[in-house]
Amino acid sequence: MITYLEAIRLAQQKALATDPRVFLYGQDIGNFGGAFKATKNLAAEFPGRVLDAPLSEDAIVGMAIGAAIEGARPIVEMQFADFSTCGLNQIVNHAGTLFYRTGVPCPIVVRLPSGGTSGGGPFHSQSLEAIYAHWPGLVVVTPATVEDAYTMLLEAVALDDPVVFCEHKFLYYHLKAESLPDTSLPIGKARIARTGRDATVVTHGAMLHESLAAATELAEDGYQLEVVDLRSVKPLDTDTVLASVARTGRLLVVSEEWPWGGVSAEVVSRVTTEGFGLLDAAPMRVNAKDTPVPYHPDLWSVHRPTASTIAAAARRLLDL
Amino acid sequence: MSKTIAPVTESDYLKAYRVMLLSRVLEEKLASLYRAGMIKGGVFLGRGQEALSTATGIHLRKGDIFAPLIRDQAGRLAFGDTVLDTLRTYLGSQLGSMRGRDGNIHRGRPREGYYAMISHLGAMVPAVAGGLLARRLRGESGVVGATCLGDGGTSTGAFHEGLNAAAVDKLPLVVVVANNQYAYSTPNSRQYACADLLDKAAGYGVAGHKADGTDLLDCLQTLRKAVQAAREGGGPQLVVASLLRLVGHGEHDDFSYLDKNLKKTAVGADCLLVAEKYIVDQGWKTAENLAEWRREAEQEVNTTADRVRREPSPDAEEDDWAALSRSEYREQFAAV
Ligand SMILES: Cc1ncc(C[n+]2csc(CCOP(=O)(O)OP(=O)(O)O)c2C)c(N)n1
Ligand SMILES: [Mg+2]
Repeated sequence: MITYLEAIRLAQQKALATDPRVFLYGQDIGNFGGAFKATKNLAAEFPGRVLDAPLSEDAIVGMAIGAAIEGARPIVEMQFADFSTCGLNQIVNHAGTLFYRTGVPCPIVVRLPSGGTSGGGPFHSQSLEAIYAHWPGLVVVTPATVEDAYTMLLEAVALDDPVVFCEHKFLYYHLKAESLPDTSLPIGKARIARTGRDATVVTHGAMLHESLAAATELAEDGYQLEVVDLRSVKPLDTDTVLASVARTGRLLVVSEEWPWGGVSAEVVSRVTTEGFGLLDAAPMRVNAKDTPVPYHPDLWSVHRPTASTIAAAARRLLDL
Repeated sequence: MSKTIAPVTESDYLKAYRVMLLSRVLEEKLASLYRAGMIKGGVFLGRGQEALSTATGIHLRKGDIFAPLIRDQAGRLAFGDTVLDTLRTYLGSQLGSMRGRDGNIHRGRPREGYYAMISHLGAMVPAVAGGLLARRLRGESGVVGATCLGDGGTSTGAFHEGLNAAAVDKLPLVVVVANNQYAYSTPNSRQYACADLLDKAAGYGVAGHKADGTDLLDCLQTLRKAVQAAREGGGPQLVVASLLRLVGHGEHDDFSYLDKNLKKTAVGADCLLVAEKYIVDQGWKTAENLAEWRREAEQEVNTTADRVRREPSPDAEEDDWAALSRSEYREQFAAV
């Protein structure tokens, strides 16, 4: 069985093996194999191409950008998504503007181990896809399955544009797949993860699995939720979302991010402006609470959306 | 500086040693609680760094600012943190100073000058500098602010910008770098290329002090000098101590990347054992006296842990989930 984390490792291995322009740069990713072991053995297998960086996120991203200008395809690992804010300037102001300003694309991938886990606390739990998506010039992906973790990372490396790759730590070890696919839906296409006729749940990342569990719970009461996995939040596949809402007439958006201006707000805004007539009820959303992510497990489990809070919101949406 | 530095006396040394010992015993307890699955979150220990950390905390006074980092359990105790609040935070008691909102090494009480670190390394350097600037603007003098950092932390932009800014304003900031040879798995050879981290002091135009982090006496003398220089208007002081982290990065880490030869070099000594030998050699205390002190420390730690284990966990229903102090500004984002 291949875990989500192993899929990320294997994708990097394949990228290194098949594309001589690829190199990896990040803290502790060399012989140590990374804080989560996403680069285990790769330094030995690809000598000189898996480099330990100093504790300098700004420099790490800046160097990746320079290397990309010179034709390389760097994959950068942030130890935690939360620390990417120390490299924020290079990501959003340099990588994100390069093509627009100069016509030269910036093919870097910045891997962000994202999202909450029990005991992670305020600085090892953040979901930052919305802030990166806010800046023009960045592709932002949020794989929610083992297969997507693999194919989307390979696709990200092949893309000429900078990609912020939000991999979810909560899925690292316990999501497993038998084998890895060669092809998949492209970045920018959402996937119907479960079909249903009564309401559409749009979600991404680890919240896909909470949403699917909520759908199972409602199915026991005879209600069918359709669950859409966005896969990439930028580009955002509005067509698939609207088509689903056209079938169900109801929309619930679920996201682990903070509520203000997040992916869920974007989806609700698009559906209400582009598909208002499709809606039989006001759309709803479930987000994390508007506070830093608490470290105590008893607070954390209430801070983030869960299957039961999603199911409760769905019941309200269905007027049950 | 003008005034001479008071020598480290027997009682200074013994007082500092007892802080180190209490810290060591407390951290041993934290490690065993971690193995028993009782700790909420991770455990990152300062084993081998107690002499330096204690020397930092112990030279600060009430009214000073202290922003400890990952491996400063000892310095925290020296500055006035307690075994009780440490255990409350690690065991996730509702009564801890962080109320379950943040944990372990991130605890602090900013109103008491005890800043609560964020994880982003280097960030506390400018924050302490700013605290000192405000004190100066308020007309206070004789205040010192100290913060600690690892070799890895010196590679951050925040360290560079913070120390430079503090130097420009000649603030009474003491930055204590524990050069413990590794940043997680990364050895110094992949962290910096200068011969000695102390070389950086000249680059920022600040005073530099070298310390042997394995030797309590040297740490006490060096920190006494650095803190006094800052207090007397000498501007920022950079202390660089060499030592070795004697444990993994965190308790989850097997430390397999440790270059075993380092243990045999000067940096590899255990500062607690070095201090114990010194105390006995000086004839200040016998080995039996020290064993008795250890038993007392264990007693305090164990009793406190038993008490804290009976305390309630934070209650999500009672929490006001407020990230803004002004309640009118809190938006109640709901699912509707
Ligand atoms: C800006 C930033 N990047 C990455 C990390 C993750 N991280 C936590 S501790 C650590 C190593 C720190 O090494 P050092 O500064 O030498 O301190 P030590 O752990 O050796 O005491 C890293 C990389 C972080 N906390 N902050
Ligand atoms: Mg270090």
